Amino acid sequence: MALTPDPAAPALELRGIDKRFGAVHANHAVSLTVAPGTIHGLIGENGAGKSTLMNIVYGLHRADAGEIHVRGRRVELDSPQAAIAAGIGMVHQHFMLVENFTVLENVLLGAEGGARLAGGLARARAGLEQLARDYGLEVPLDTVVGELPVGLQQRVEILKALHRGAELLILDEPTAVLAPQEADQLFRMLARLRAQGKSVILVTHKLREVMAATDRVTVMRQGAVVAEVATAATSPRELAERMVGRAVLLSVEKGPAQPGATLLTVRDLAVRDRRGVARVKSASFTLRAGEIVGVAGVAGNGQSELLEAIAGLCTPTRGEISLGGRDLVREGLDARARRRLGLAHVPEDRLRMGVVASFSAEDNAILGYHDLAAYQQGGFLNRAAISAGCARKMSAYDVRPPEPRRRIAAFSGGNQQKLVLAREIESDPRVLLVGQPTRGVDIGAIEFIHRQLVALRDSGKAILLVSVELEEILGLADRILVMHDGEIMGEVARADATEERLGLMMAGVRTEAPA
Amino acid sequence: MSPAAKLPRWAEFGLLPAVNLLAALLLSGAIIRLIGESPWAALRLMADGAFGSQEAIGYTLFYATSFIFTGLGVAVAYHAGLFNIGAEGQAYIGGLGTGLVCLALGHWPFWAVLPLAVLAGAAGGAAWAFLPAWLQARRGSHIVITTIMFNFIASALMTWLLVNVLIRPGQQSPESREFAPNAFMPGLHTLLGRIGIPFAATPLNLAFLLALAASVLVWLFVWRTRWGYALRVAGINPAAARYAGIRPERVTIGAMLLSGALAGSLGLNELMGSQHRILLDFPGGAGFVGIAVALMGRNHPVGILLASVLFGALVQGGSQLSFDMPHVNRDMVVVIQGLVILFCGALENVFRTPLAALLGRGKPEGSNR
Repeated sequence: MALTPDPAAPALELRGIDKRFGAVHANHAVSLTVAPGTIHGLIGENGAGKSTLMNIVYGLHRADAGEIHVRGRRVELDSPQAAIAAGIGMVHQHFMLVENFTVLENVLLGAEGGARLAGGLARARAGLEQLARDYGLEVPLDTVVGELPVGLQQRVEILKALHRGAELLILDEPTAVLAPQEADQLFRMLARLRAQGKSVILVTHKLREVMAATDRVTVMRQGAVVAEVATAATSPRELAERMVGRAVLLSVEKGPAQPGATLLTVRDLAVRDRRGVARVKSASFTLRAGEIVGVAGVAGNGQSELLEAIAGLCTPTRGEISLGGRDLVREGLDARARRRLGLAHVPEDRLRMGVVASFSAEDNAILGYHDLAAYQQGGFLNRAAISAGCARKMSAYDVRPPEPRRRIAAFSGGNQQKLVLAREIESDPRVLLVGQPTRGVDIGAIEFIHRQLVALRDSGKAILLVSVELEEILGLADRILVMHDGEIMGEVARADATEERLGLMMAGVRTEAPA
Repeated sequence: MSPAAKLPRWAEFGLLPAVNLLAALLLSGAIIRLIGESPWAALRLMADGAFGSQEAIGYTLFYATSFIFTGLGVAVAYHAGLFNIGAEGQAYIGGLGTGLVCLALGHWPFWAVLPLAVLAGAAGGAAWAFLPAWLQARRGSHIVITTIMFNFIASALMTWLLVNVLIRPGQQSPESREFAPNAFMPGLHTLLGRIGIPFAATPLNLAFLLALAASVLVWLFVWRTRWGYALRVAGINPAAARYAGIRPERVTIGAMLLSGALAGSLGLNELMGSQHRILLDFPGGAGFVGIAVALMGRNHPVGILLASVLFGALVQGGSQLSFDMPHVNRDMVVVIQGLVILFCGALENVFRTPLAALLGRGKPEGSNR
């Protein structure tokens, strides 16, 4: 849908975009220029205003002030339809696909072209085959989307945008759900798009990807653009400093582990989900005092279920989990009983499970511990003790603002996570299960959380760390287990682990027999 | 989607309900105008009928008492994430328990009958809520469906009992014999008279004070005990509840038992306080009004109290209105009540966004509330 003949005009130019939500100044006079045929990185911490800006470009929000120019022409984008008509396509972090439709039907959705489907379907099929040839985006058109691996689902989203004539693609955190190799594939695909003259905005918080895939980078902080540089002329360290506004440690400083007695033993564990699908097929490993064992893997390969089975949130179909000599499965202990035995748990999905969003911080600080004697007084909850306990945790874990009565949802992701971490660590557990400790957490808080985990390890506790961020696993773990399709592909000592080796195992290539 | 607009607390709990109520009254006024009566006169008649005299106030609060019990019942279930549509049936069966105690033990002194009658009412209501709760917790049968069906079962069961078993021998109308006077709930005018305050004789009785006490207890339970905490966690976020070691199934059953027990206390007011016998359909829709009351009162005891008084006033003022205005019959009054429920319940957020915009504009740019 090339509207404008001028090939030199920027693919997108934002001038002085301003947007407030009540008292929050989400975008402050943001100007941004994306040259045609380039990949432009947009980075910033959570809450820096990236999503707001992209939602304005995609017509989901309206800017209070400012202009949007697409290929040299001023446009009013008051709906996604208007954005699509202007040649802008967006691939959301959470795919907008109908899982039980085929690829073809999904692409057609919203662009049916008339009451009768047959004509539109035929046109879409021809168009998609053309696109697939042009860009090397092969997808089986008649397969039901739910049966495709995540990487291919993402490709369907991209195809959908291109089919609607997108000249500028916005990708929001596209690699969150991909294995490293899949991510590399994605970037090769984007490079091909660029070669064909399309432009791409890559919204991400992963500095490695920005360095590898983009031509220019815009850094946002607190709603404003703080830097725009050519990628070749910058470094990850510089970008991180710009994002946070101060120097940050990108790697965790820690000494060698001094593993002690075995605390947790998992033997031949198998878990099925509610539909009866085997999620964990056979997992065996041990966890010792004073070490961090990392579980790496692409999201959805059984790590979540492994964690939940150990925490007592789902019942395994087979196997043994023993903590300090007691078999948790055979005794049928629930989450509460396991917590009493010293098994604390920072869940993967904080907002779904770790906190109750509408509760205050102090009410969240007792979640799972609300029946402790320390919080009771004569049959009632001791509000004063609860408040004081929360205030103490907030100051020890640098939770800002330190207001126990404030609703937890009004804290940033990083501060929520620090409070969850405080709650679990302060319960003085023997074993801590941690899932995605820094998901949706800003860089400054990541550093803090990592230091806390290392300190906990050094105090002789055992930590099982599940993360889809390979860098995090490499930075923290002393031993690494890699999961693929419900099985542990192998165990690698930190010293022997490289990103390539782990990446292969994550993709299902067994490099050695399980330990 | 943009989330619901945020309002300051005073607007959330004061202004918004008031605006909703006003809208309902305006539309009611328009309808009354349409049928050829003066809306202003109608409003004055209603207000006068509900609050104009000691007698009016007594009746208003008498009706409100029943709504408080059922409203609290609906609210407790709501906090556990359960929509209990069955307060009507639970009130019916709970009342049966209360009534049976009064029939059997009416010769005992009142202070001995009362606790047993309270327990029997609570037990009856809880028992009627138990099966739907169990089916929800163990079998996943949706509580909205099962509690509605249990209303019908309760109704059929009570009809059979009253026609075939409890009916007073030699009588045509399906109702039990009258309780012995020892089992009458003392009228509030009697109690007030005893401490030297004169008050008109109305059905308003001791059950009103019991309802107030129940409101306080519900507040304490829900917001100040670990069980109430567990109940709210399970109601808002079942995944977080499981994570916290709270068993949502247990919460479901516990909350429904409590909910049924509260609704089942209606008989204390209606039977012991006023009818003095068990009769057909004595809840008279109070179980359903309880849903509206809980909704309008934001499931908080204070809100429920206020909403109950409003609905009590609508019932009492409405009957006065239909009595005094020839063109306004009972059905017209039901229409007005329906409009209040519509605007305060179903459409409660219609004015939220405009109000938020209005209040937001009054503030200086960038001000931080």
